[in-house]
Amino acid sequence: MENEFSKIYRKRIKQKKELEDRTKKIIVTVSAIIFAFFFIMPTLLTLTNSFMAATEINANYGSIFDNYGKNENGARTYISKTVNLKFIPDMVTFDQYYTVLLKSPEYLLKFWYSMIYTVPIVIVQLALASFAAYGFSRHESRIKNVIFFMYIILMLMPYQVTLVPNYLVSDFLGILDTKWAIWFPGFFSPFAIYLLTKFMKRVPKELTEAAEIDGAGEWEIFSRIQFPLCKGGIASIMILVFFDYWNMVEQPLILLKDVDKHPLSVFLSKINQGEISLAFAVAVIYLIPPLLLFLYGEDYLVEGISYQGGVKG
Amino acid sequence: MKIKSLITERTKQPKQRVKTVGKRELISWFFLLPSLIGVFVFFVAPFMVIIGYSFMNNPIQKEFVGFSNFVNVWNNDAFRKAGLNTLNFSFTAVPLAVVLSLILAAVMESRIPFKSFFRSSFLSPLMVPTASIVLIWQVMFHQNGIVNNVLAALGDTSKTDWLKSDKAYVVLLTLFLWKNLGYNMILFMSALAGIPKELIEVARIESAGKLQIFWHVKLRFISPTIMFVTIMSLINSFKVFREIYLLTGDYPYDTLYMLQHYMNNKFASLDYQMLSAAAIIMFIIVSILIYFLIKFEDSYGKDVEG
Repeated sequence: MENEFSKIYRKRIKQKKELEDRTKKIIVTVSAIIFAFFFIMPTLLTLTNSFMAATEINANYGSIFDNYGKNENGARTYISKTVNLKFIPDMVTFDQYYTVLLKSPEYLLKFWYSMIYTVPIVIVQLALASFAAYGFSRHESRIKNVIFFMYIILMLMPYQVTLVPNYLVSDFLGILDTKWAIWFPGFFSPFAIYLLTKFMKRVPKELTEAAEIDGAGEWEIFSRIQFPLCKGGIASIMILVFFDYWNMVEQPLILLKDVDKHPLSVFLSKINQGEISLAFAVAVIYLIPPLLLFLYGEDYLVEGISYQGGVKG
Repeated sequence: MKIKSLITERTKQPKQRVKTVGKRELISWFFLLPSLIGVFVFFVAPFMVIIGYSFMNNPIQKEFVGFSNFVNVWNNDAFRKAGLNTLNFSFTAVPLAVVLSLILAAVMESRIPFKSFFRSSFLSPLMVPTASIVLIWQVMFHQNGIVNNVLAALGDTSKTDWLKSDKAYVVLLTLFLWKNLGYNMILFMSALAGIPKELIEVARIESAGKLQIFWHVKLRFISPTIMFVTIMSLINSFKVFREIYLLTGDYPYDTLYMLQHYMNNKFASLDYQMLSAAAIIMFIIVSILIYFLIKFEDSYGKDVEG
C-alpha cells in the first residue's frame, strides 16, 4: 500500500515538474531566438540589401544620405521621407556587384590593401609566436616568468598607449606611410605568444621528457611534438588575429598619413552620398574573408577562446 | 660535519644534470630571441625614449622641464574630457558585458534546443568587420531611421537624433555589447562546463538552492574567468573608438570624444612631449586598473582554486 501510494505521488510530482520544465524551456528558447535575431540581423540586412538595385536603395535610404535642400528640385527619383528597412529586395540584381567589381576599381584596390596589411601580420606573428611560445613553455625559470608577465602587460595596453612608441620607431626608421609601419608592430604583438604559450604548457611533460631520453634535440621536440600538437590552437589564434587586423582603424589613421593607402576598414566609412547604392555590396565583399574563416573554423575558434580563460595557464 | 657533507653531496648530484639541461635551456632562449628583439625594438626601447621625451620641453632642444608636461596634459580640458568619457564608457560597458554574457552562458548551459545555432549567432558579430555594418547602424539610428520609426509607431514621436545627442552613448553601448557578448559567452561557457560535478552534487546534498549553488559555488569557481573576461572587456572597451570613428568621423558628439580622438589630434600636430606624457599617464592608469583587478580576484577566488 505504502509503496503504491508513494509511486503515484512521485509520478504526480514528476509530471508537474515536467510541465514546469517544458514551459520554462519554451520561454527561454523563444527569448533566445529573439536575442539571436538581433545578433545576426545587421549582417543579414547587409547581405540582402546588396542585391538591391540602386533606385531601390535610394528610395529606401535616401532620406538619410541625401541632403533634402540640395536635391529637392533636381532629383527625380522617388525618396521616401522615412527610412524603410527591407529584408527582401523587390528585385534581385547583381548590379551593385557588377559596378564594384568591374567599374569602380578603387574598392578592389582597398580590399587588396586590407589583404596586404593583414595576411603577412597573421603569418609572421604566428610563426614568431610558435617559436617564442616554445621558448617560454620549456625550462621555465624566474627570468622567463618575469618576461612573460611583461608580455602580458604589453598585450593589455590599449592602442592609445602603444601607438606612440610605434610611431616613434617608424619615424626613426623612416618607414612611416609604408606598409612596414603597419606590419612591424603587428609582427611582434604579444597576443599570439600569450595564447600559444598557454596551449604549449598543456602538452604533457611526459611526451617531451620521453623524447629527451630518446636523444631528440630541441628543434626536433619543437617540430615533431609541440608544434604538431598545437595545430588546433594555432588555427584558432590565426582566426582571432585575422579578425582583429582585418578590422584595423587606429593604426592606419596614425601610421599612414596618405589617405590613399588606407585599407577598406577605414575607407568604407567614407563612402559618400552618390555611392550609397554600392556600399552594401562593398560591405559584403569586405565581409567575405572573415565570414569564410568563421564558417570553416568556428569550432577551432570556440576551442581557442575557451582555452584563453582557462583556470591559470 | 655529517650534515655538511650530506648537503654538498645533495647539491652535487643535480649539478651534473643541470649541465645538459642548461644547454637545452640555452637553446630554448634562442627560440625566444626573435620575439625578444622585436618587442625590444618596437615597444620597449621607444617607450624608454618616450619617458625621456615626457620630461623635456621638446625633442630638439631637449631641455629638462620636470613634470610640467604631465601637469599640462593633466590640466588640459580636452584630455580630461576624453579621459572621463573613456573611463565613463568603460565603467558602464564592462560590468554590463560581464553580467549579460554570464547570463547568456548560463542559459546556453541549460538544456535548450538549437544550441549550436545560438552559439554561432551570438558569436558571429566577432567576425563581422565594423565597417561592414556601420551602414546598417546608421540606418537604424538616424533621425529618420528605423528606431525612431518604431518609436513613432509606439507613440513616441520625439525624433531624437541618436548619434548627435546624449543618447549617442547608448547606441555605442549597444554596439559594444553586440560585438563582445559572444566572445565572453564562450569563455564563460567553457568555465561553467569545467566545474566538477561532485562540487555541485555536494552542495545539493547539503540542500543548497539553485540560486545558492550558482552564487556560492559556481561563481566562485569561475572567478578566474570572470577576472579574465573583465580584463578583456576593459581592453575591448578602449577599442570602441573604432566604432565611434567609423560612425561619426573625426568630430563626434561631445560624450563620444574618446582618448583616441585626443591622441589623433596630438599626432596631427606632432606634439611629441604631450603625446609622451599622455601615453605614460594612460599606461599608469591601465596598470593600476589591472593590478586591482588581479588583486581582487586573488582574494576572492583563493579558496576554490586547486
